[in-house]
Amino acid sequence: MRRRGAFAALIGIALAVTVAFLTLPVVAILVHSTPGALVDSLGDPAARDALWLSLRTTAAALAIILVVGTPAAYALATRRFRGRSLVVTLVELPLVLPPAVAGIALLAAVGPAGLIGGFLDDTGLELALTTAGVVVALVFVASPFYLRQAQAAFMAVDDRWLEASRTLGAGEARTFARVAVPAAAPGLVAGTALALGRALGEFGATLMFAGSFQGITQTVPLAIYDRFATDFDGALALSAILVAVSTGLLFAVKLVRGSEALGGAAG
Amino acid sequence: MRRAAALAAALALVVAGCGGDDESASSSKPRLVVSAAASLKEALTRCSRAFDGATVRLSFAGSDELAAQIRQGVKPDVYAAANTKLPDALAAEGRLSEPVVFGSNRLVIAVPASERAVGSLSDLARPGMKLAIGSESVPVGAYTRDVLGRVAAGERKRILANVRSNEPDVKGIVGKLTQGAVDAGFVYASDVKATDGRLRAIALPARVAPTVTYGAGVVKGAAQPEPARRYVEGMVSGGCADALRSAGFGPPPGQ
Repeated sequence: MRRRGAFAALIGIALAVTVAFLTLPVVAILVHSTPGALVDSLGDPAARDALWLSLRTTAAALAIILVVGTPAAYALATRRFRGRSLVVTLVELPLVLPPAVAGIALLAAVGPAGLIGGFLDDTGLELALTTAGVVVALVFVASPFYLRQAQAAFMAVDDRWLEASRTLGAGEARTFARVAVPAAAPGLVAGTALALGRALGEFGATLMFAGSFQGITQTVPLAIYDRFATDFDGALALSAILVAVSTGLLFAVKLVRGSEALGGAAG
Repeated sequence: MRRAAALAAALALVVAGCGGDDESASSSKPRLVVSAAASLKEALTRCSRAFDGATVRLSFAGSDELAAQIRQGVKPDVYAAANTKLPDALAAEGRLSEPVVFGSNRLVIAVPASERAVGSLSDLARPGMKLAIGSESVPVGAYTRDVLGRVAAGERKRILANVRSNEPDVKGIVGKLTQGAVDAGFVYASDVKATDGRLRAIALPARVAPTVTYGAGVVKGAAQPEPARRYVEGMVSGGCADALRSAGFGPPPGQ
Protein backbone atom coordinates (compact mmCIF):
# COMPACT_ATOMS: atom_id res chain seq x y z
CA MET A 1 0.00 0.00 0.00
CA ARG A 2 2.76 2.38 0.93
CA ARG A 3 4.65 1.41 -2.19
CA ARG A 4 1.68 2.25 -4.35
CA GLY A 5 1.42 5.64 -2.62
CA ALA A 6 5.08 6.37 -3.33
CA PHE A 7 4.69 5.36 -6.94
CA ALA A 8 1.63 7.55 -7.34
CA ALA A 9 3.60 10.46 -5.92
CA LEU A 10 6.49 9.71 -8.27
CA ILE A 11 4.45 9.65 -11.45
CA GLY A 12 2.61 12.72 -10.24
CA ILE A 13 5.90 14.56 -9.85
CA ALA A 14 7.12 13.31 -13.23
CA LEU A 15 3.95 14.61 -14.85
CA ALA A 16 4.23 17.97 -13.09
CA VAL A 17 7.87 18.34 -14.22
CA THR A 18 6.93 17.36 -17.77
CA VAL A 19 4.07 19.81 -17.99
CA ALA A 20 6.08 22.66 -16.45
CA PHE A 21 9.04 22.04 -18.74
CA LEU A 22 6.93 21.89 -21.90
CA THR A 23 4.66 24.82 -21.18
CA LEU A 24 7.04 27.32 -19.58
CA PRO A 25 8.71 28.47 -22.84
CA VAL A 26 5.34 28.87 -24.54
CA VAL A 27 3.95 30.76 -21.57
CA ALA A 28 7.05 33.01 -21.64
CA ILE A 29 6.34 33.95 -25.26
CA LEU A 30 2.76 34.89 -24.44
CA VAL A 31 3.73 36.78 -21.26
CA HIS A 32 6.41 38.81 -23.05
CA SER A 33 4.37 39.77 -26.10
CA THR A 34 1.79 42.37 -25.20
CA PRO A 35 -1.26 42.72 -27.47
CA GLY A 36 0.16 46.10 -28.49
CA ALA A 37 3.42 44.53 -29.66
CA LEU A 38 1.43 41.92 -31.58
CA VAL A 39 -0.46 44.62 -33.44
CA ASP A 40 2.76 46.59 -34.02
CA SER A 41 4.48 43.57 -35.47
CA LEU A 42 1.67 43.13 -37.97
CA GLY A 43 2.19 46.73 -39.04
CA ASP A 44 5.67 45.74 -40.24
CA PRO A 45 5.47 44.94 -43.98
CA ALA A 46 8.21 42.31 -43.66
CA ALA A 47 6.14 40.48 -41.02
CA ARG A 48 3.00 40.66 -43.15
CA ASP A 49 4.96 39.39 -46.16
CA ALA A 50 6.28 36.51 -44.07
CA LEU A 51 2.80 35.56 -42.82
CA TRP A 52 1.29 35.74 -46.28
CA LEU A 53 4.17 33.73 -47.75
CA SER A 54 3.88 31.10 -45.00
CA LEU A 55 0.15 30.76 -45.64
CA ARG A 56 0.58 30.45 -49.41
CA THR A 57 3.48 27.99 -49.33
CA THR A 58 1.88 25.87 -46.60
CA ALA A 59 -1.40 25.75 -48.52
CA ALA A 60 0.38 24.76 -51.72
CA ALA A 61 2.41 22.11 -49.91
CA LEU A 62 -0.74 20.70 -48.26
CA ALA A 63 -2.57 20.56 -51.58
CA ILE A 64 0.28 18.52 -53.09
CA ILE A 65 0.49 16.30 -50.01
CA LEU A 66 -3.27 15.59 -50.03
CA VAL A 67 -3.61 15.01 -53.76
CA VAL A 68 -0.60 12.72 -54.11
CA GLY A 69 -0.34 11.45 -50.55
CA THR A 70 -3.91 10.22 -50.09
CA PRO A 71 -3.89 7.66 -52.94
CA ALA A 72 -0.27 6.76 -52.08
CA ALA A 73 -1.23 6.07 -48.47
CA TYR A 74 -4.25 4.07 -49.71
CA ALA A 75 -1.93 1.94 -51.84
CA LEU A 76 0.35 1.31 -48.87
CA ALA A 77 -2.61 0.42 -46.66
CA THR A 78 -4.46 -1.89 -49.05
CA ARG A 79 -1.81 -3.50 -51.25
CA ARG A 80 0.55 -6.28 -50.33
CA PHE A 81 3.67 -6.32 -52.44
CA ARG A 82 7.31 -7.31 -52.08
CA GLY A 83 9.40 -4.61 -50.44
CA ARG A 84 6.34 -2.93 -48.97
CA SER A 85 7.91 -2.47 -45.53
CA LEU A 86 10.99 -1.00 -47.19
CA VAL A 87 8.80 1.49 -49.02
CA VAL A 88 7.02 2.40 -45.77
CA THR A 89 10.38 2.99 -44.09
CA LEU A 90 11.62 5.11 -47.00
CA VAL A 91 8.62 7.43 -47.00
CA GLU A 92 8.83 7.82 -43.25
CA LEU A 93 12.56 8.62 -43.31
CA PRO A 94 12.17 12.42 -43.48
CA LEU A 95 10.37 12.20 -40.12
CA VAL A 96 13.64 11.46 -38.38
CA LEU A 97 15.96 13.56 -40.57
CA PRO A 98 17.21 16.76 -38.96
CA PRO A 99 15.94 19.76 -40.97
CA ALA A 100 19.51 20.78 -41.85
CA VAL A 101 20.05 17.34 -43.34
CA ALA A 102 16.83 17.76 -45.30
CA GLY A 103 18.12 21.08 -46.66
CA ILE A 104 21.47 19.61 -47.68
CA ALA A 105 19.73 16.58 -49.19
CA LEU A 106 17.42 18.77 -51.26
CA LEU A 107 20.36 20.83 -52.52
CA ALA A 108 22.24 17.65 -53.39
CA ALA A 109 19.19 16.25 -55.21
CA VAL A 110 17.39 19.11 -56.92
CA GLY A 111 19.81 22.03 -56.39
CA PRO A 112 21.57 23.54 -59.41
CA ALA A 113 24.56 21.22 -58.89
CA GLY A 114 22.39 18.34 -57.64
CA LEU A 115 21.65 14.85 -58.96
CA ILE A 116 18.80 15.91 -61.22
CA GLY A 117 19.68 19.62 -61.13
CA GLY A 118 20.86 19.61 -64.75
CA PHE A 119 17.66 17.93 -65.89
CA LEU A 120 15.52 20.45 -63.99
CA ASP A 121 17.61 23.27 -65.46
CA ASP A 122 16.90 21.96 -68.99
CA THR A 123 13.18 22.04 -68.29
CA GLY A 124 13.53 25.60 -67.03
CA LEU A 125 12.42 24.65 -63.54
CA GLU A 126 14.35 26.48 -60.84
CA LEU A 127 13.82 25.49 -57.23
CA ALA A 128 16.73 26.69 -55.08
CA LEU A 129 16.10 30.17 -53.65
CA THR A 130 12.58 30.36 -55.11
CA THR A 131 9.08 30.23 -53.61
CA ALA A 132 8.62 26.90 -55.39
CA GLY A 133 11.70 25.72 -53.52
CA VAL A 134 10.04 26.60 -50.21
CA VAL A 135 7.05 24.46 -51.19
CA VAL A 136 9.36 21.57 -52.11
CA ALA A 137 11.09 21.82 -48.73
CA LEU A 138 7.73 21.90 -46.92
CA VAL A 139 6.38 18.90 -48.82
CA PHE A 140 9.57 16.96 -48.11
CA VAL A 141 9.49 17.50 -44.35
CA ALA A 142 5.71 17.51 -43.79
CA SER A 143 4.35 14.78 -46.07
CA PRO A 144 5.53 11.81 -43.96
CA PHE A 145 3.37 13.10 -41.09
CA TYR A 146 0.32 12.89 -43.32
CA LEU A 147 1.31 9.63 -45.04
CA ARG A 148 1.81 7.84 -41.74
CA GLN A 149 -1.49 8.99 -40.34
CA ALA A 150 -3.42 8.40 -43.57
CA GLN A 151 -2.01 4.92 -43.99
CA ALA A 152 -3.07 4.00 -40.44
CA ALA A 153 -6.53 5.48 -41.05
CA PHE A 154 -7.02 3.49 -44.28
CA MET A 155 -5.84 0.30 -42.59
CA ALA A 156 -8.43 0.81 -39.86
CA VAL A 157 -11.26 0.90 -42.41
CA ASP A 158 -13.17 -2.37 -42.25
CA ASP A 159 -12.29 -4.50 -45.31
CA ARG A 160 -15.90 -5.73 -45.51
CA TRP A 161 -17.09 -2.22 -46.36
CA LEU A 162 -14.68 -2.04 -49.27
CA GLU A 163 -15.71 -5.52 -50.41
CA ALA A 164 -19.38 -4.66 -50.10
CA SER A 165 -18.83 -1.59 -52.21
CA ARG A 166 -17.12 -3.62 -54.93
CA THR A 167 -19.77 -6.36 -54.76
CA LEU A 168 -22.41 -3.73 -55.33
CA GLY A 169 -20.66 -2.80 -58.54
CA ALA A 170 -18.60 0.22 -57.58
CA GLY A 171 -15.20 0.31 -59.22
CA GLU A 172 -11.92 0.53 -57.38
CA ALA A 173 -11.74 4.32 -57.85
CA ARG A 174 -15.31 4.82 -56.71
CA THR A 175 -14.76 2.64 -53.66
CA PHE A 176 -11.72 4.71 -52.77
CA ALA A 177 -13.50 8.04 -53.19
CA ARG A 178 -16.91 7.19 -51.77
CA VAL A 179 -16.17 4.61 -49.08
CA ALA A 180 -12.53 4.54 -48.01
CA VAL A 181 -11.86 8.30 -47.87
CA PRO A 182 -15.04 9.20 -45.93
CA ALA A 183 -14.48 6.31 -43.51
CA ALA A 184 -10.88 7.34 -42.93
CA ALA A 185 -11.70 11.05 -42.82
CA PRO A 186 -11.01 11.69 -39.12
CA GLY A 187 -7.55 10.16 -39.47
CA LEU A 188 -6.90 12.07 -42.68
CA VAL A 189 -7.86 15.32 -40.96
CA ALA A 190 -5.54 14.57 -38.06
CA GLY A 191 -2.71 13.82 -40.47
CA THR A 192 -3.42 17.02 -42.37
CA ALA A 193 -3.22 19.05 -39.18
CA LEU A 194 0.09 17.45 -38.21
CA ALA A 195 1.55 18.10 -41.65
CA LEU A 196 0.22 21.64 -41.55
CA GLY A 197 1.85 22.30 -38.20
CA ARG A 198 5.15 20.87 -39.38
CA ALA A 199 5.06 22.86 -42.63
CA LEU A 200 4.19 26.11 -40.88
CA GLY A 201 7.12 25.72 -38.51
CA GLU A 202 9.70 24.56 -41.06
CA PHE A 203 12.98 26.43 -40.70
CA GLY A 204 16.26 24.64 -41.39
CA ALA A 205 15.52 23.01 -44.73
CA THR A 206 13.92 26.21 -45.99
CA LEU A 207 16.90 28.37 -45.02
CA MET A 208 19.44 26.02 -46.57
CA PHE A 209 17.55 25.16 -49.72
CA ALA A 210 15.40 28.21 -50.40
CA GLY A 211 17.36 30.94 -48.62
CA SER A 212 15.79 33.95 -46.98
CA PHE A 213 14.29 36.79 -48.98
CA GLN A 214 11.37 38.93 -47.95
CA GLY A 215 8.21 38.05 -49.81
CA ILE A 216 9.91 35.28 -51.83
CA THR A 217 11.38 32.72 -49.43
CA GLN A 218 11.34 34.33 -45.97
CA THR A 219 8.60 32.42 -44.14
CA VAL A 220 7.50 33.26 -40.59
CA PRO A 221 10.13 31.09 -38.84
CA LEU A 222 12.87 32.69 -40.96
CA ALA A 223 11.48 36.15 -40.23
CA ILE A 224 11.56 35.31 -36.52
CA TYR A 225 15.22 34.32 -36.81
CA ASP A 226 15.96 37.47 -38.83
CA ARG A 227 14.39 39.63 -36.11
CA PHE A 228 16.04 37.84 -33.23
CA ALA A 229 19.21 39.96 -33.42
CA THR A 230 17.68 43.38 -33.94
CA ASP A 231 14.08 43.24 -32.79
CA PHE A 232 13.51 40.71 -30.04
CA ASP A 233 10.00 42.03 -29.31
CA GLY A 234 9.05 41.67 -32.96
CA ALA A 235 10.43 38.13 -32.94
CA LEU A 236 8.36 37.34 -29.83
CA ALA A 237 5.22 38.77 -31.40
CA LEU A 238 5.60 36.69 -34.56
CA SER A 239 6.31 33.66 -32.37
CA ALA A 240 3.13 34.31 -30.44
CA ILE A 241 1.18 34.26 -33.70
CA LEU A 242 2.68 30.88 -34.61
CA VAL A 243 1.88 29.57 -31.12
CA ALA A 244 -1.72 30.70 -31.49
CA VAL A 245 -2.09 29.05 -34.91
CA SER A 246 -0.47 25.82 -33.72
CA THR A 247 -2.64 25.70 -30.61
CA GLY A 248 -5.71 26.21 -32.75
CA LEU A 249 -4.63 23.34 -34.99
CA LEU A 250 -4.12 21.00 -32.07
CA PHE A 251 -7.57 21.80 -30.69
CA ALA A 252 -9.11 21.32 -34.10
CA VAL A 253 -7.61 17.84 -34.28
CA LYS A 254 -8.93 17.03 -30.83
CA LEU A 255 -12.39 18.21 -31.78
CA VAL A 256 -12.45 16.16 -34.96
CA ARG A 257 -11.11 12.94 -33.57
CA GLY A 258 -12.05 13.08 -29.92
CA SER A 259 -9.61 12.14 -27.20
CA GLU A 260 -8.42 9.08 -29.14
CA ALA A 261 -6.95 11.37 -31.79
CA LEU A 262 -3.79 12.35 -29.97
CA GLY A 263 -3.07 8.79 -28.95
CA GLY A 264 -3.28 7.79 -32.60
CA ALA A 265 -1.13 10.71 -33.66
CA ALA A 266 1.59 9.80 -31.21
CA GLY A 267 1.60 6.16 -32.28
CA MET B 1 9.15 1.69 -1.82
CA ARG B 2 12.72 0.65 -2.51
CA ARG B 3 12.01 0.30 -6.18
CA ALA B 4 10.46 3.75 -6.26
CA ALA B 5 13.50 5.15 -4.49
CA ALA B 6 15.79 3.44 -7.00
CA LEU B 7 13.76 4.90 -9.85
CA ALA B 8 13.97 8.35 -8.29
CA ALA B 9 17.72 7.94 -7.86
CA ALA B 10 18.06 6.91 -11.50
CA LEU B 11 16.05 9.94 -12.57
CA ALA B 12 18.23 12.20 -10.44
CA LEU B 13 21.33 10.71 -12.05
CA VAL B 14 19.96 11.33 -15.52
CA VAL B 15 19.16 14.94 -14.66
CA ALA B 16 22.56 15.49 -13.04
CA GLY B 17 24.31 13.84 -15.96
CA CYS B 18 22.83 16.32 -18.41
CA GLY B 19 24.63 19.21 -16.79
CA GLY B 20 28.10 17.88 -16.55
CA ASP B 21 29.23 16.18 -19.74
CA ASP B 22 32.53 18.00 -20.27
CA GLU B 23 33.62 18.64 -16.71
CA SER B 24 33.56 14.99 -15.80
CA ALA B 25 35.26 13.91 -19.04
CA SER B 26 38.25 16.24 -19.02
CA SER B 27 39.06 16.15 -15.30
CA SER B 28 39.83 19.55 -13.79
CA LYS B 29 40.24 21.65 -16.95
CA PRO B 30 37.80 24.57 -16.95
CA ARG B 31 35.54 25.01 -19.95
CA LEU B 32 35.85 28.26 -21.87
CA VAL B 33 32.87 29.19 -24.01
CA VAL B 34 33.69 31.38 -27.02
CA SER B 35 30.91 32.95 -29.11
CA ALA B 36 32.45 34.01 -32.41
CA ALA B 37 31.49 35.40 -35.79
CA ALA B 38 30.89 32.72 -38.42
CA SER B 39 33.83 34.01 -40.49
CA LEU B 40 36.23 33.13 -37.65
CA LYS B 41 35.29 29.47 -37.78
CA GLU B 42 38.33 27.91 -39.48
CA ALA B 43 40.95 30.03 -37.73
CA LEU B 44 39.59 29.71 -34.19
CA THR B 45 38.79 26.02 -34.56
CA ARG B 46 42.44 25.42 -35.43
CA CYS B 47 44.04 27.45 -32.64
CA SER B 48 41.58 26.63 -29.84
CA ARG B 49 42.67 23.01 -29.65
CA ALA B 50 46.09 24.16 -28.49
CA PHE B 51 44.75 26.68 -25.98
CA ASP B 52 46.37 26.10 -22.62
CA GLY B 53 44.54 25.66 -19.39
CA ALA B 54 40.95 25.33 -20.64
CA THR B 55 38.85 23.25 -22.93
CA VAL B 56 37.48 25.72 -25.49
CA ARG B 57 33.93 25.31 -26.66
CA LEU B 58 33.23 27.38 -29.77
CA SER B 59 29.87 28.63 -30.90
CA PHE B 60 29.69 30.24 -34.34
CA ALA B 61 26.84 32.32 -35.76
CA GLY B 62 26.20 35.76 -37.15
CA SER B 63 27.81 38.35 -34.84
CA ASP B 64 24.42 40.01 -34.42
CA GLU B 65 22.71 36.78 -33.34
CA LEU B 66 25.43 36.15 -30.76
CA ALA B 67 25.14 39.72 -29.44
CA ALA B 68 21.37 39.23 -29.16
CA GLN B 69 21.95 36.05 -27.14
CA ILE B 70 24.23 37.96 -24.76
CA ARG B 71 21.58 40.67 -24.41
CA GLN B 72 19.10 37.93 -23.50
CA GLY B 73 21.36 36.90 -20.64
CA VAL B 74 23.38 34.12 -22.28
CA LYS B 75 26.90 34.32 -20.86
CA PRO B 76 29.71 32.94 -22.98
CA ASP B 77 33.18 33.84 -21.70
CA VAL B 78 34.44 35.48 -24.89
CA TYR B 79 32.58 37.34 -27.62
CA ALA B 80 34.32 37.93 -30.97
CA ALA B 81 32.56 39.83 -33.74
CA ALA B 82 33.17 40.69 -37.39
CA ASN B 83 32.97 44.39 -36.56
CA THR B 84 33.82 46.71 -33.67
CA LYS B 85 30.33 48.21 -33.52
CA LEU B 86 28.68 45.27 -31.75
CA PRO B 87 31.45 44.73 -29.12
CA ASP B 88 31.53 48.49 -28.48
CA ALA B 89 27.75 48.59 -28.08
CA LEU B 90 27.80 45.63 -25.68
CA ALA B 91 30.59 47.31 -23.70
CA ALA B 92 28.58 50.53 -23.50
CA GLU B 93 25.65 48.49 -22.13
CA GLY B 94 27.93 47.01 -19.47
CA ARG B 95 27.83 43.51 -20.91
CA LEU B 96 31.39 43.26 -22.22
CA SER B 97 34.67 44.45 -20.73
CA GLU B 98 37.48 46.21 -22.60
CA PRO B 99 36.78 45.28 -26.19
CA VAL B 100 39.93 45.04 -28.30
CA VAL B 101 40.50 45.07 -32.06
CA PHE B 102 42.23 41.83 -32.99
CA GLY B 103 42.18 41.59 -36.75
CA SER B 104 41.01 42.85 -40.09
CA ASN B 105 39.57 41.31 -43.20
CA ARG B 106 38.66 42.30 -46.74
CA LEU B 107 35.18 42.20 -48.19
CA VAL B 108 35.33 40.63 -51.65
CA ILE B 109 33.03 39.42 -54.40
CA ALA B 110 33.10 35.63 -54.33
CA VAL B 111 32.18 33.46 -57.31
CA PRO B 112 32.38 29.70 -57.91
CA ALA B 113 35.86 28.90 -59.28
CA SER B 114 34.39 27.88 -62.64
CA GLU B 115 32.39 31.08 -63.03
CA ARG B 116 33.94 33.21 -65.79
CA ALA B 117 31.17 35.73 -66.39
CA VAL B 118 31.93 37.87 -63.34
CA GLY B 119 35.02 40.05 -63.29
CA SER B 120 33.96 43.21 -61.52
CA LEU B 121 31.34 44.87 -59.37
CA SER B 122 29.39 46.17 -62.36
CA ASP B 123 28.94 42.61 -63.68
CA LEU B 124 26.72 41.96 -60.65
CA ALA B 125 24.20 44.46 -62.03
CA ARG B 126 23.55 42.40 -65.16
CA PRO B 127 19.99 41.11 -65.45
CA GLY B 128 19.64 37.44 -64.55
CA MET B 129 22.66 37.44 -62.25
CA LYS B 130 21.83 35.66 -58.97
CA LEU B 131 23.33 37.00 -55.75
CA ALA B 132 23.39 36.03 -52.07
CA ILE B 133 24.37 38.64 -49.49
CA GLY B 134 24.25 38.95 -45.72
CA SER B 135 21.07 40.19 -44.07
CA GLU B 136 21.10 43.79 -42.93
CA SER B 137 21.85 43.11 -39.27
CA VAL B 138 24.83 40.75 -39.69
CA PRO B 139 28.17 42.58 -40.20
CA VAL B 140 28.88 41.06 -43.62
CA GLY B 141 25.50 42.33 -44.81
CA ALA B 142 26.09 45.79 -43.31
CA TYR B 143 29.50 46.03 -45.03
CA THR B 144 27.90 44.94 -48.29
CA ARG B 145 25.32 47.70 -48.00
CA ASP B 146 28.15 50.17 -47.27
CA VAL B 147 29.76 49.12 -50.55
CA LEU B 148 26.52 49.44 -52.47
CA GLY B 149 25.97 52.84 -50.86
CA ARG B 150 29.11 54.02 -52.64
CA VAL B 151 28.17 52.96 -56.17
CA ALA B 152 25.89 54.93 -58.49
CA ALA B 153 22.20 54.74 -57.56
CA GLY B 154 21.10 53.06 -60.79
CA GLU B 155 23.72 50.35 -60.54
CA ARG B 156 22.98 49.83 -56.84
CA LYS B 157 19.32 49.30 -57.63
CA ARG B 158 20.11 46.77 -60.35
CA ILE B 159 22.50 44.87 -58.06
CA LEU B 160 19.95 44.75 -55.21
CA ALA B 161 17.31 43.53 -57.66
CA ASN B 162 19.53 40.50 -58.32
CA VAL B 163 19.73 39.49 -54.65
CA ARG B 164 18.05 36.13 -54.13
CA SER B 165 18.80 35.54 -50.47
CA ASN B 166 19.66 37.58 -47.37
CA GLU B 167 21.60 35.04 -45.34
CA PRO B 168 21.82 35.15 -41.52
CA ASP B 169 25.58 34.62 -41.55
CA VAL B 170 28.49 34.58 -43.97
CA LYS B 171 28.74 30.78 -44.10
CA GLY B 172 25.21 30.69 -45.49
CA ILE B 173 26.41 32.79 -48.43
CA VAL B 174 29.41 30.51 -48.94
CA GLY B 175 27.10 27.48 -48.95
CA LYS B 176 24.78 28.97 -51.56
CA LEU B 177 27.84 29.75 -53.72
CA THR B 178 29.53 26.36 -53.45
CA GLN B 179 26.20 24.67 -54.25
CA GLY B 180 25.82 26.79 -57.36
CA ALA B 181 22.52 28.21 -56.13
CA VAL B 182 23.80 31.74 -56.82
CA ASP B 183 26.37 33.20 -59.22
CA ALA B 184 28.09 35.59 -56.83
CA GLY B 185 28.03 36.95 -53.31
CA PHE B 186 29.81 39.29 -50.93
CA VAL B 187 31.93 37.50 -48.35
CA TYR B 188 35.28 38.01 -46.61
CA ALA B 189 38.59 37.15 -48.29
CA SER B 190 39.24 34.61 -45.51
CA ASP B 191 36.00 32.76 -46.34
CA VAL B 192 37.10 32.32 -49.94
CA LYS B 193 40.48 31.05 -48.75
CA ALA B 194 38.74 28.53 -46.48
CA THR B 195 36.99 26.89 -49.45
CA ASP B 196 40.28 25.51 -50.81
CA GLY B 197 39.84 26.79 -54.31
CA ARG B 198 36.17 26.08 -54.79
CA LEU B 199 35.46 29.81 -54.74
CA ARG B 200 37.39 32.65 -56.35
CA ALA B 201 37.69 36.16 -54.86
CA ILE B 202 37.35 39.33 -56.89
CA ALA B 203 38.75 42.38 -55.09
CA LEU B 204 36.56 45.44 -54.69
CA PRO B 205 37.79 48.79 -56.01
CA ALA B 206 39.55 50.73 -53.22
CA ARG B 207 37.06 53.59 -53.41
CA VAL B 208 34.16 51.34 -52.36
CA ALA B 209 35.94 48.76 -50.18
CA PRO B 210 34.87 48.98 -46.52
CA THR B 211 37.24 48.76 -43.56
CA VAL B 212 36.50 45.43 -41.92
CA THR B 213 37.87 45.21 -38.38
CA TYR B 214 37.17 42.52 -35.83
CA GLY B 215 36.59 43.20 -32.13
CA ALA B 216 36.43 40.90 -29.11
CA GLY B 217 36.07 41.13 -25.36
CA VAL B 218 35.42 39.23 -22.16
CA VAL B 219 31.74 38.92 -21.30
CA LYS B 220 30.81 40.54 -17.96
CA GLY B 221 29.95 37.86 -15.44
CA ALA B 222 31.85 35.20 -17.43
CA ALA B 223 32.35 31.94 -15.58
CA GLN B 224 36.04 31.83 -16.62
CA PRO B 225 37.23 35.46 -16.74
CA GLU B 226 40.94 34.65 -16.43
CA PRO B 227 41.27 32.12 -19.28
CA ALA B 228 38.91 34.37 -21.24
CA ARG B 229 41.32 37.30 -20.91
CA ARG B 230 44.21 35.11 -22.03
CA TYR B 231 42.18 33.84 -24.98
CA VAL B 232 41.43 37.39 -26.16
CA GLU B 233 45.13 38.33 -25.73
CA GLY B 234 46.05 35.31 -27.85
CA MET B 235 43.83 36.62 -30.63
CA VAL B 236 45.74 39.91 -30.66
CA SER B 237 49.19 38.32 -30.50
CA GLY B 238 49.61 34.64 -29.87
CA GLY B 239 48.48 31.26 -31.13
CA CYS B 240 45.10 32.43 -32.39
CA ALA B 241 46.63 35.54 -33.96
CA ASP B 242 48.95 33.29 -36.00
CA ALA B 243 46.03 31.07 -37.01
CA LEU B 244 44.08 34.15 -38.08
CA ARG B 245 46.97 35.42 -40.27
CA SER B 246 47.38 32.07 -41.99
CA ALA B 247 43.61 31.94 -42.56
CA GLY B 248 43.83 35.19 -44.49
CA PHE B 249 43.00 37.76 -41.82
CA GLY B 250 45.08 40.93 -41.63
CA PRO B 251 46.53 42.48 -38.49
CA PRO B 252 44.45 45.11 -36.69
CA PRO B 253 44.72 48.46 -38.47
CA GLY B 254 47.82 50.46 -37.52
CA GLN B 255 49.81 47.42 -36.51
